[in-house]
Amino acid sequence: MSIQAEIRKTYGDFKLDIKLDSSSKRIGILGASGCGKSMTLKSIAGIEQPDSGRICIEGKTVYDSAQKINWKPQKRKIRYLFQNYALFPTMTVEANIGAGVRGTKAEKKERTSEMIRKFRLEGLESRLPGQLSGGQQQRVALARIMAYRPEMILLDEPYSALDVYLRDRLQQEMQEMLEDYDGTVILVSHSRDEIYRFSQELLVMDQGTIIRSGSVKEIFADPKRVEAARISGCKNIVKIRRVDAHTIDIPDWCVSLVMKRTVPEDITHIGFRAHDFIPVWGERKENCIAAEVGSIAELPFERKYFIKGAAKGAEEICWFVQRELLGILEEKGMPEFLEMPEEKILLLK
Amino acid sequence: MDEILKILRELDWSPLYISLKTGVVATIISFFLGIFAARKVVKAGPRVKAIVDGILTLPMVLPPTVAGFFLLLLFSRRRPLGIFLFENFDIKVVQTWLGCIIAATVIAFPLMYRNARAAFELVDVNLIYAARTLGMGEVEIFWKVAVPAAGPGILSGTILTFARAMGEYGATSMLAGNIPGKTGTISQKIAMVIQDGGYLTAGIWVVIVMLIAFGIVFLMNLVSGKHMKQTKRW
Repeated sequence: MSIQAEIRKTYGDFKLDIKLDSSSKRIGILGASGCGKSMTLKSIAGIEQPDSGRICIEGKTVYDSAQKINWKPQKRKIRYLFQNYALFPTMTVEANIGAGVRGTKAEKKERTSEMIRKFRLEGLESRLPGQLSGGQQQRVALARIMAYRPEMILLDEPYSALDVYLRDRLQQEMQEMLEDYDGTVILVSHSRDEIYRFSQELLVMDQGTIIRSGSVKEIFADPKRVEAARISGCKNIVKIRRVDAHTIDIPDWCVSLVMKRTVPEDITHIGFRAHDFIPVWGERKENCIAAEVGSIAELPFERKYFIKGAAKGAEEICWFVQRELLGILEEKGMPEFLEMPEEKILLLK
Repeated sequence: MDEILKILRELDWSPLYISLKTGVVATIISFFLGIFAARKVVKAGPRVKAIVDGILTLPMVLPPTVAGFFLLLLFSRRRPLGIFLFENFDIKVVQTWLGCIIAATVIAFPLMYRNARAAFELVDVNLIYAARTLGMGEVEIFWKVAVPAAGPGILSGTILTFARAMGEYGATSMLAGNIPGKTGTISQKIAMVIQDGGYLTAGIWVVIVMLIAFGIVFLMNLVSGKHMKQTKRW
């Protein structure tokens, strides 16, 4: 299980320049649209050609610009799941699944019916993709890529076209289907939740480069970079001024924070997740901001408060309150202050 | 009425056979050449595309007599290619049925080519990518994925090509002439009969041509009917 890649490609004004080296089985690439993550996947699969670089899959060099190696996608055995599944519209379910199977007719037939059983597609063999539901289409697409010894599977934003309900179910289903696959799977997405539940190792991309990589849990707990914090869903990111190793000023919020840990000199921002504020009634504690509510958004299971930043022109501070806490708020009224526990403060640069 | 029956009874049906035969053969040739050319042009860079596309479309926009002129220039037995074909292979083009086919093919080919090209350009490129990552060979991808996906466009191109090839007049009359039973197509027959004032005979041929033409358009609508069902009426 390993992939090493260096990919450089320029198209128009955009420059893709990434380096990745992983032996993880489930890799997630998180990034906003247009950050180059799809191009990265396509380069690995061989359907786009980088300007230069090197790609090694399971120890085999499939692309190397210096040595003029460039394997055709057919030879790479890397299966690609497209966003719209790219099922062949004129072929039946059976023919779609069999399309990638090499071998004699009998072998093909056997492998295909095995896949049909495994992906619960019995009875749909002679349907055309247009006659299937979204979930069935996903299963056919998965059956098709699993049918013939894939060395690596690439998933390119597989759920972004689906509605919320279906998305959740299909994600779960996909995870179950891929459970007994012991090759590498790379998932590309702009959705933090999708990536979080799927991957072990995470790469965060921004404007054509990988700005952060590591285990998913680690990156979400400590994104280190402003862009990584933002894409991981951190709502409050604010500029700071470091006073000394244990004190920082937040001009926009008009507060000073006292930190027990040492603040490195190159820290320029802090991040604070909207769910992590602790309401404080009465006396002001350390590391608190004034809870002056600007506006409120009411959601089914959650309430979003937008707190006015203390300085003029400062961005609003988001405080998201979930059900259990809502009851307390209703009882005790709005707090005067919001406390920021130190362990929840993300130091960013 | 009696007169029509009399003409029908004595009618020489050879123009119908010749036209149909010419149409079928020219369509088969155009079908493969057109798809092949369309594939090449879709693959080509923008500049090559513009030039080649222009050349391949010319026979459709020029008067057929201009095409006829060039064909005569090429195949005349006083010209190098004509001499070469005759002396080495005993092939005569001018004033033969082969001339009919060549003239009809040249004129009708652009219809096939343009329809196939438009259809190929609309094929979802992800289908091709998917096929490649699944390990399918390029030839297999072309015939099993690209051509079926472009199916409706290719089919309507084929039918239009057949219609055009069957009714070709200008270039055919110049290259193949109008030899009854050999190169005399329906179109030429009508023109010839009219010159002799045989309006009734011409009228009969006109009706036959109209029936065939309507049949072709009807057929075309029938095969694209699947798509029509889904389009909204307004």
